[in-house]
Amino acid sequence: MRKLFSLGLGILLSLCLFGLANAKTLRLAMDADPVSMDPHVQLSGGMLQYSQLVFDPLVRWTQDMKFEPRLAVKWERLNPTTVRFYLRKGVKFHSGNPFTAKDVAWTMARLKKSPDFKGLFEPFAEPKIVDDYTIDIITKGPYPLLLNMATYIFPMDSKFYTGKDENGQPKDAIVKTGPSFANSHESGTGKYVVAYREQGVKWILKAFKDYWDKNSGNVDEIILTPIKNDATRVAALLSGDVDFIMPVPPQDYSRIEKNPNLQLITMPGARIITFQLNQKRRPEFANKKVRQAIVYAVNNVGIVEKIMKGKATPAGQQSPEGFLGHVPELTPRYDLAKAKQLMKEAGYPNGFECSMIAPNNRYVNDEKIAEAVASMLSKINIKVNLKTMPKAQYWDQFDARAADIQMIGWHPDTEDSANYTEFLLMCPDEKTGYGQYNSGNYCNPEVDKLILQAQTETNVEKRKAILQKVERILYEDAAFVPLHWQHLSWAASKKLKNAKDIVNKQNFPYFGNLIME
Amino acid sequence: MFAFIVRRFLQAVFVMLVISLIGFSIQHQIGDPVRDLVGISVSKKEREALREKLGLNDPFFIQYGRFLKKALHGDLGRSFFYKKPAVDVILSKAPATLELVFVTSILVIVFSIPLGIYCAIFPKKFLSRLIMGASVVGVSIPVFLTAIMLIYIFSVKLGVMPSFGRGELVHIGGYWYSGLFTWDGLKHLVMPSIALTSIMLPLFVRLIRAEMMEVLESEYIRFAWAKGLKPKRIWFVHAFKNTLLPVITVGGVQLGTLIAFTILTESVFQWQGLGFLFVEAVERADTTLLVSYLIFVGFVFVLINTLVDIIYGLVNPMVRITGKK
Repeated sequence: MRKLFSLGLGILLSLCLFGLANAKTLRLAMDADPVSMDPHVQLSGGMLQYSQLVFDPLVRWTQDMKFEPRLAVKWERLNPTTVRFYLRKGVKFHSGNPFTAKDVAWTMARLKKSPDFKGLFEPFAEPKIVDDYTIDIITKGPYPLLLNMATYIFPMDSKFYTGKDENGQPKDAIVKTGPSFANSHESGTGKYVVAYREQGVKWILKAFKDYWDKNSGNVDEIILTPIKNDATRVAALLSGDVDFIMPVPPQDYSRIEKNPNLQLITMPGARIITFQLNQKRRPEFANKKVRQAIVYAVNNVGIVEKIMKGKATPAGQQSPEGFLGHVPELTPRYDLAKAKQLMKEAGYPNGFECSMIAPNNRYVNDEKIAEAVASMLSKINIKVNLKTMPKAQYWDQFDARAADIQMIGWHPDTEDSANYTEFLLMCPDEKTGYGQYNSGNYCNPEVDKLILQAQTETNVEKRKAILQKVERILYEDAAFVPLHWQHLSWAASKKLKNAKDIVNKQNFPYFGNLIME
Repeated sequence: MFAFIVRRFLQAVFVMLVISLIGFSIQHQIGDPVRDLVGISVSKKEREALREKLGLNDPFFIQYGRFLKKALHGDLGRSFFYKKPAVDVILSKAPATLELVFVTSILVIVFSIPLGIYCAIFPKKFLSRLIMGASVVGVSIPVFLTAIMLIYIFSVKLGVMPSFGRGELVHIGGYWYSGLFTWDGLKHLVMPSIALTSIMLPLFVRLIRAEMMEVLESEYIRFAWAKGLKPKRIWFVHAFKNTLLPVITVGGVQLGTLIAFTILTESVFQWQGLGFLFVEAVERADTTLLVSYLIFVGFVFVLINTLVDIIYGLVNPMVRITGKK
């Protein structure tokens, strides 16, 4: 570590001394930096953003949600459980070792050991190496999301990570809270090599001279600094101290748009914000009419306009456009008169009192949204006692089902409709883990059956029909209160020519493709 | 003197013990550290396994006992987030805060003494009223607002000052990377230290003024005037020296507070010091780091108060520190 440190410092100094004549340096500011150099230590946006810089996946998402070949050049389905991947030749790891099918198999085995990723890779069996550049990825049963999961396979240098480090710990150990070889060393195939890293302070990433993709961008060096405070992050961009920031706080959108030297890039994301109505705690919520009344009483279009400043898409269902389960007719349904009518029909014309909790630093404007919803519900005589808290405390409360109405936002790791329902709305079951975040205790055996069916249905059209049916049932049942899908936002200097092309719905900007003036 | 220092040392140990106990008992209220370590879709079973591995499921006193046992060997545990010993993390962040506090203290001393004395000697002059008026404004503007205003004016509008961070650092030795020796580092120090000074300076100007005015009314000063001493000698030697005592007391306490709670300034300027560390540790529920931080701050407070007591004796021989009979 010390060596790495002084090396980094040396590089820093020499940079200052000789100046950067032609080298293109991107100064990047994010709200937090990646927690480790080991891509398998945590399944989080930050770690995946890091993986895209330093490693390469087999395939990756394009902006329009298609698959783009990276380390896999092509693939074909051999049978319902097997897809054969043909790997790119002549690819080198940062250590100099050549990349082969063995590394893919090794990485998949490690993914299955990672506490964070093992759930996602549960459907996978051991892959079969055909030759150095061909590998069969096999699932235990027919699995429709195999390619979606291949976006998470960032092959690691099996040779580099094999053996023991100076502390006698195996180099491939996945350690969350202590030092490990993989936490502080990397050898990926990605465009950038970590040259210096001081956690929470600064990262310096240098272009890898033997990078396989010669048609990539022209940024030679990335300096990544976390800037946690929203106002400071924006100020750093406005003052020209950094070139690219993510995320952008909504209150500063117009300021950046008005600045002639800057560009604001936003894109509808897949993270939906919802409220769950706990039927176990409140018998009233077990009544479908009450749930519907609440959905009708919440003016989520208004929330998007007033609180989100238009930078969110009001939702009537879980799946956003572009997802298989999305049903265009399921739109937001605000209608106060109808809501009051439904309350009367349900037998609660005078309403009732209930509790609500929401985080105050997890989702964009989460606290304000919760306040708005609470006041909207007061119009149908439901008196809401709202409590908001920081995310560090929120999840314990959420898990304890501490309130009658609870907020949750969800982005499916699989980029697939079924994932929302699996976590948020299937009958909670300790054993299978389904409904882990279903604090509403909504439980509809038909929905469960359909989702399980969708998990093994590989025919896209049939699968689409199943997932759409699920959305319709949830809509009719008012299984949850949909608010909106958050937009993703980035802001950059206009020097970054193609900044708007390198971003995507997953929020993994492909900085390797960035072209700088 | 020796007995005094030993007594103080024991006091410090006691204070740190109490703080560690309090810190330990509140840490469960702060949140679940495991939540910050795993992705949201990770199953309960996996989370439970991690909790077990970190020993978070053990009863309170077993955890505390284990902590004390290690603490005796100088090991306060490992920060979950930094994956390093908490002591290392704190020591590596301390120079940033100390440098900021150091520069701020110099600014405060350099400006508060002349301004305070001036206001005390000429309380009715226009300039004095202006200073007093400005000091009320200074005290009432919250520091984060001052900080954001500084960033907005000097970084965004004028583009002359860097908006965040510590700039270029020089390795002095050990954990100490200093920004005091490079032009870039000094430039980065300017705005955070001004922001921090903006709350401390008015306080001290007012304090010095009030104390000095009181002293100027006292018998021995009147006697000095009657004796025909030169005004300069009366003001700066006889009156000022006696003004210092309460100023040092408050100064000592404030210095401790500064070190502990530069939180707002540090978060606005992304200044990687202890205040920033504390905020992040709370947010991430990095409980080991949090407890170590509290213990460290407790230690700093006791240390500063001890130093203040020693300086007391030097300034005013009438004060006898306890333990020196």
